[in-house]
Amino acid sequence: MTKFDDNMDPNWTGDEEVYRENIIDHFKNPRNFGEIVEAEIKHSELNSVCGDIIRLFVKLKDGKVIDAKFKGNGCAISIAATSMMTDALKGKTFEEIKNLSKEDIFEMLGIKLGIVRMKCGLLCLNTLMNGIKTLEEKK
Amino acid sequence: MKQAKMLDVGKLREDFSILNKKINGKNLIYLDNGATSLTPESVIGAMNEYYGEYNANVHRSIHSIGERATIEYEKAHEKVARFINAEFEEIIFTRGTTESLNTLAYCLTKKLKGGDVIVLSEMEHHSNLVPWQQLAKEKNLIVKYIKINENFELDLEHAKKIIDEKTKIVSVTHVSNVLGTINDVKEICKLAHSNKAIFIVDSAQGIPHISVDVKDIDCDFLCFSGHKMLGPTGIGVLYGKKELLEKLDPFLFGGEMIKEVNFENSKWNDLPWKFEAGTPNIAGGIGLGATIDYLNKVGIKNIKEYQEYLTEYGIKRLNEIGVKIYCSKNPKNRSGVITFKINGIHAHDVVALLDRDGIAIRGGHMCAMPLVTKVLNENSLCRASLYFYNTPGEIDKLVEGIKKAKEIFHVI
Repeated sequence: MTKFDDNMDPNWTGDEEVYRENIIDHFKNPRNFGEIVEAEIKHSELNSVCGDIIRLFVKLKDGKVIDAKFKGNGCAISIAATSMMTDALKGKTFEEIKNLSKEDIFEMLGIKLGIVRMKCGLLCLNTLMNGIKTLEEKK
Repeated sequence: MKQAKMLDVGKLREDFSILNKKINGKNLIYLDNGATSLTPESVIGAMNEYYGEYNANVHRSIHSIGERATIEYEKAHEKVARFINAEFEEIIFTRGTTESLNTLAYCLTKKLKGGDVIVLSEMEHHSNLVPWQQLAKEKNLIVKYIKINENFELDLEHAKKIIDEKTKIVSVTHVSNVLGTINDVKEICKLAHSNKAIFIVDSAQGIPHISVDVKDIDCDFLCFSGHKMLGPTGIGVLYGKKELLEKLDPFLFGGEMIKEVNFENSKWNDLPWKFEAGTPNIAGGIGLGATIDYLNKVGIKNIKEYQEYLTEYGIKRLNEIGVKIYCSKNPKNRSGVITFKINGIHAHDVVALLDRDGIAIRGGHMCAMPLVTKVLNENSLCRASLYFYNTPGEIDKLVEGIKKAKEIFHVI
């Protein structure tokens, strides 16, 4: 469930800056779109309100991310966020990606999200975290 | 294309104070009536009157305000009965269509045995699909779905094939909340009855827009919600033929539904109270009664005629800007629902961009995920759902809003 942050303006509804050119660009030309057949992390999550679905693939070697890809469909915010996140994952250690926070995602997007769009922007992070959880449970 | 003369839409809009509100600095353009409709002042007033003047429980308290509450609450049942050509005893108030359908699913599958068949359609809302699907799993029943044809209508030839002597229940939607298709429930009812199956109509999207006569349809049960027909949320109706309701065991036990209780046994109350356990939603029920008065004043036939005009106008305007529309080609067979897709823009983004202009539409699966994802093969769709207080001018604003969204997304 989406939680209200203390530092979030609850009356903030205008999202004039949401559809910035870089977001539209990542939506129309998503980076790292595709599948990794042999990936350590393979996980899907669904945002049932609007029907966004993300399937994330992360390949690890010697405790580091050597590749990250994703498939799925969704709104501009969720696709752009996932596109940017998969770029950022590459080269990071397993510990580093485990500590990835929602603030990191907001920073990548460069926009402030209202309570409704929060779910879209954070779908990629939820997918990653639940994928990591599944991987650790397997160990 | 001629506009219905009988509705003075400008005057009727004055009955809805919310239409004067500014949303994001713009006049509210409410095109999400399929999700919930707006509420006129007279309905809000009727509920306020209950809380402000005779706030008491019904059927228990014999003091003056208790008596008035009982009279008003019963009167609401009577108004609903007359509205759909039913008898007073046949009208049960529930929380909404979902609760009505769940009640039926539990009560009616109780006596079914493994291998018995329940027939639904591909265009069902989750509320007329999941209850049957889950109970079927528990009791090894088989669920079959009537297919839809290329004109987004139910394929009656397919219905004839799958409804047979093994079919015990047929439950279909009156009007699709995604496609707006008005189904020929009378014909499907004949098919069900000729196979001795129970026939249920989910009229949540039907009753606000078209005349409903349960005797004419000959359905065994019919369900709907107050809030989609200008009424309050949290109140709905389960209509059932008296002889069938008498045979059914109650679903919820407790106060109100009981006539006599001792430590070993209990006797059920008379209809309809046998199915209304606990203190009911009294204000909601009274509000629903006031809703029926309002709809009678406007006239369902006038609403249908005006909406046919408005929907046709909306489809024409949206076609001009090249969006893909999912609805029947026959204006007589569709309600005020226009579901569409803009290539290159996700529905959620369309909704968000229109919201900036105060325009409220719905995006997503519209609570009919199998229809949207498996039959129409879409991930997410946009839906503008109209009611009689909407205007051609509002449709024009919707079209302008979509054009703006296309510019932002560089979609030609």
